[in-house]
Amino acid sequence: MDLHFTADRATDAEKSAVDSELGAAESGWSGGTRRMENDGHVAVSLAPRRDLLLPVLHAIQRRIGWISPGAINYVASRLDLPPAEIHGVASFYAMFSLTPRPRVVAHVCDDIACLIRGAGSLCAQLEKKLGPAGKPDAAGNPTWLRSPCLGMCERAPAALITASGETPHERVLAPASPDSIASALQQMSSSQPSSAKEKHEAPDPKQSLPQFGTPQLRLLRRVGRVNPASIQDYQSNGGYEALKRAIDIGPERVVREVIDSRLLGRGGAAFPTGKKWESLLLARKPGCTHYVVCNADESEPGTFKDRIIMEGDPFAVLEGMTIAALAVGATKGFIYVRGEYPQAAARLTHAIKQARAHRLLGQAILGSALEFDVELRQGAGAYICGEETALFNSIEGFRGEPRNKPPFPTQAGLFRKPTLVNNVETLVNISEIILNGGAAYARTGTAQSSGARLFCLSGNIKRPGVYEMPFGIALKDLIAAAGGVDGTGRLQAVLLGGAAGSFLSPGELDTPLSFEGTRAAGATLGSGAVIVLDDSVDMKEFLLRIARFFHEETCGQCVPCRVGTERQQELLHRLVARKPLGSAAQEIKLLNEMAQAMRDASICGLGQTASSAILSATQRWNLFS
Amino acid sequence: MWLGLDVGSDISLANAMGREIIAAGLADKKFIEHSTSGFEAYRECVEKYTLERAERETGVPAGAIRETAHAYAKAKRAQLCWTLGITEHHNAVDNVLALINLALLTGHVGRYGSGINPLRGQNNVQGGGDMGAIPDRFPGFQHVENDEIRAKFEKAWGAKLDPKRGWHLSDMFRAMERGDLTALYVLGENPADSEADRHRTLKLLKGLDFMVVQDLFYTNTAALADVVLPAAAGWCESEGTVTSSERRVQRVRSAVPPPEGTRDDLAILFDLARRFGRDWGEPAPERIWNELRQLSPMHGGMTYARLEKMGGIQWPCYDESHPGELFLHGRLWAEPLVGPRAPFSAVEFEPPVDVLNADYPIRLTTGRRLDSFNTGVQTSLYASPLRKQEALELSPEDGRRYNLHEGEKVRVSSRRGSVIAPVRFDPGLRQGLAFLTLHSHDQVATNDLTIDAVDPKSGTAEFKATAIRIEKCAEA
Repeated sequence: MDLHFTADRATDAEKSAVDSELGAAESGWSGGTRRMENDGHVAVSLAPRRDLLLPVLHAIQRRIGWISPGAINYVASRLDLPPAEIHGVASFYAMFSLTPRPRVVAHVCDDIACLIRGAGSLCAQLEKKLGPAGKPDAAGNPTWLRSPCLGMCERAPAALITASGETPHERVLAPASPDSIASALQQMSSSQPSSAKEKHEAPDPKQSLPQFGTPQLRLLRRVGRVNPASIQDYQSNGGYEALKRAIDIGPERVVREVIDSRLLGRGGAAFPTGKKWESLLLARKPGCTHYVVCNADESEPGTFKDRIIMEGDPFAVLEGMTIAALAVGATKGFIYVRGEYPQAAARLTHAIKQARAHRLLGQAILGSALEFDVELRQGAGAYICGEETALFNSIEGFRGEPRNKPPFPTQAGLFRKPTLVNNVETLVNISEIILNGGAAYARTGTAQSSGARLFCLSGNIKRPGVYEMPFGIALKDLIAAAGGVDGTGRLQAVLLGGAAGSFLSPGELDTPLSFEGTRAAGATLGSGAVIVLDDSVDMKEFLLRIARFFHEETCGQCVPCRVGTERQQELLHRLVARKPLGSAAQEIKLLNEMAQAMRDASICGLGQTASSAILSATQRWNLFS
Repeated sequence: MWLGLDVGSDISLANAMGREIIAAGLADKKFIEHSTSGFEAYRECVEKYTLERAERETGVPAGAIRETAHAYAKAKRAQLCWTLGITEHHNAVDNVLALINLALLTGHVGRYGSGINPLRGQNNVQGGGDMGAIPDRFPGFQHVENDEIRAKFEKAWGAKLDPKRGWHLSDMFRAMERGDLTALYVLGENPADSEADRHRTLKLLKGLDFMVVQDLFYTNTAALADVVLPAAAGWCESEGTVTSSERRVQRVRSAVPPPEGTRDDLAILFDLARRFGRDWGEPAPERIWNELRQLSPMHGGMTYARLEKMGGIQWPCYDESHPGELFLHGRLWAEPLVGPRAPFSAVEFEPPVDVLNADYPIRLTTGRRLDSFNTGVQTSLYASPLRKQEALELSPEDGRRYNLHEGEKVRVSSRRGSVIAPVRFDPGLRQGLAFLTLHSHDQVATNDLTIDAVDPKSGTAEFKATAIRIEKCAEA
């Protein structure tokens, strides 16, 4: 490859961060020391490992705090990629910085769920205390950044503090205050973590699980009760029973049970899981590669159920993936966890190691012919990577831009091979389906939405957290189960499905929470986010935050979405400032037209849903006249 | 895998690969038996080229040669492609034959995706050869010394034609030296800059009685000419055809009229003919092309209409029902074999003529840079963001060894001449290997250094291998 390098050179620290992921360079041609006697006469082209690009960039970011041009040049020679390509990838992801950053940075969530719980005033106070977001002081001292949803909504407002260095570490502050953020910044910049415990500190998952100890919990029954670091604990609480049975009954029967269960995907699109599994099972051929991918890029604002599972019951995710691998004939799987979930990633990494050590991953799983291994990959701050094809591109080391469909993932997914991609919650349902049978599972829930659902309650709600409820529960009953409306106690609105979802008004509380029930109400269940707004929430400010979110998160690939999210934000600002072009009614008409253009001409769900919450608000309330 | 062989050791590498392929039982015995001749002599010849010997002669580790040989032999489809690094040597034809041997040995020829391909540096190098710009060929590669063919052309052109082949470029300069060649008509060439051993070239060109130069640009050769005929640009100001590396004949159309005072090559030649007393009529490209189709069987089926409709046609294309050939030599796979067997040619390694020794310890090789072309006639008038001052490129190791810094001017000397050039370091080079281009003789007259050791079979000089020494000199 014709590589054009600038004169910038990587520092030893940058090199060592890269080498920690890739091993030492083998020759002068691949970034190592030049040894003329060999390098002068032969160069062996490197095995294509572009998929290691994100892990390598993470390593640099975590070690140095930013990714310098010299570091990019070194990565380019190590992975045989043009530096421009690497710059393109690194600049795509919000968690990578291409300009110097202080070692310790606070990422303070100012997204919708935290906004309701005071993120606005938190940020205002931080500005006074630490200066404006994103600006390090002259000494390069710790700074803070505004962040989209960190998925800690039940303990809002939240902040994630990252410290780079030889022992990089993170700390979650939730709820966060200006004082707790400032003191954590100070403490983390002056010291390295003293113990592994501090490194992976996690709050008691029971805090996030108000139903803890009640028999309603099926999917979440182990969360808070078992030690998430112990595979023995998992096994003595029913873990890996489903995998044993799956091996006994074989792939065809496993897929049959999943089809019979009528399980619908929990990631947001509600696609029949059994159908996906079956198409991959039918495509099995000797010698062909299939992948299983667990989509743990839980980025929809107001959604945190997958995090609770991964932090509290990580082996359940692995077991679900392993059963899926058995069913579809995959030997390799990937879990793609969003970068904002360091604790979930740490728990899963540990669980993968444990499972390998206990021969529950690797070859001859449980003494059978089953072979399967899992690799964990971390996102780097890009909402779009929750879209499955963007997620594949991200794993492969590209910008997280969605691909055109078809071909669908089951035909050409990760590395262009047939791929099963399922959400964390979906996979965790599999055990029960295998143990009790698909037919029994199908009898729970509603006619078209079988099983139970995890709802993420946040905002003005008395007991925020994850609730496991049978499909079909009325919205008002869910709110009542969570203790009712908090704050002023007077409900203004509920946002279902996060930023890509839709609002319901207080008059729509009877809406049954099932795929078909919300569809009939003109709303969507989406990711299971239920954000409650009392009447003190400034709806206009709330909508502006949603518009800013899509404007910041569009990947820019499709013109209607790239331009539309910008124009939508501008339009809302005009409406809020009471300076409409023409009348407010004309502006709303224009908003609808832009939404239609984005729905028609964007290749992925981001553009197609970028206006849905905002439009649902304008349909329900007369906000701008 | 990249093999950084020492300049001019290609035959040693190819022969060692051949030996390894035979020894490992990877030769295509069926193909060799069915379609080739001379295998035994070849086998005996390459038997001497052990991996260890090749490592000594090429510098490439034996393991890497072995691995390459196995990969090439085992590949389902494999091609050998080359450019001037193979052909600008005193044994250029032998270099090519050594590569042909490998293709014959493995059967990587005459099938889709296989073969041996010299890659052309310009859009119409192939077309020049097709049209007979070769000393011993008429258009369509028909031999001038074949009486029957010559009679065909004499009849069509109504003129007596020389029954002996002509001179190639290097022959011409020798003829000038002898005084046998005293007048020269140069079309679109710049030998004053492009020939090896420039001192001698300039002396001979200046010694001519008469020289015409027909070119787009006022080149250094034009500056020496008695008459200069300014020509139109073939790619955008005239009508006709070009042939690409894959033998695809394509139409060229005039997009803009030529600048005032310049004329299309055909118009110039037709006018000259008229002055010489032969009226060829109007210079109509399609009429001339149709005459070619009558005389060159391999172009027979290529009407302008078909070239247009099919987006070009790859020769041979014998008649108007023939779609052209995607690849050549498919006949070697026909059962039974069609035509003659393809011969192996036993060739031996010979090092470059300009030997390295204590006085001239560095190997200089020449080439081009991305944004420039040959002597710069077509490129140096335009700015390029990548172009840098011409410099002698050295490995960083040699830079340290000679205690040089980038930009420092050094005296570069060969057995023929010496030039002053700034140095630049490039980690793409290894110790003992230096690089210069021919792009800008105003900056560095590289051909003052090069050797005019010529391959007698091809007439090409050994531009790729010069022995030089480097001396520090005071900053100019």
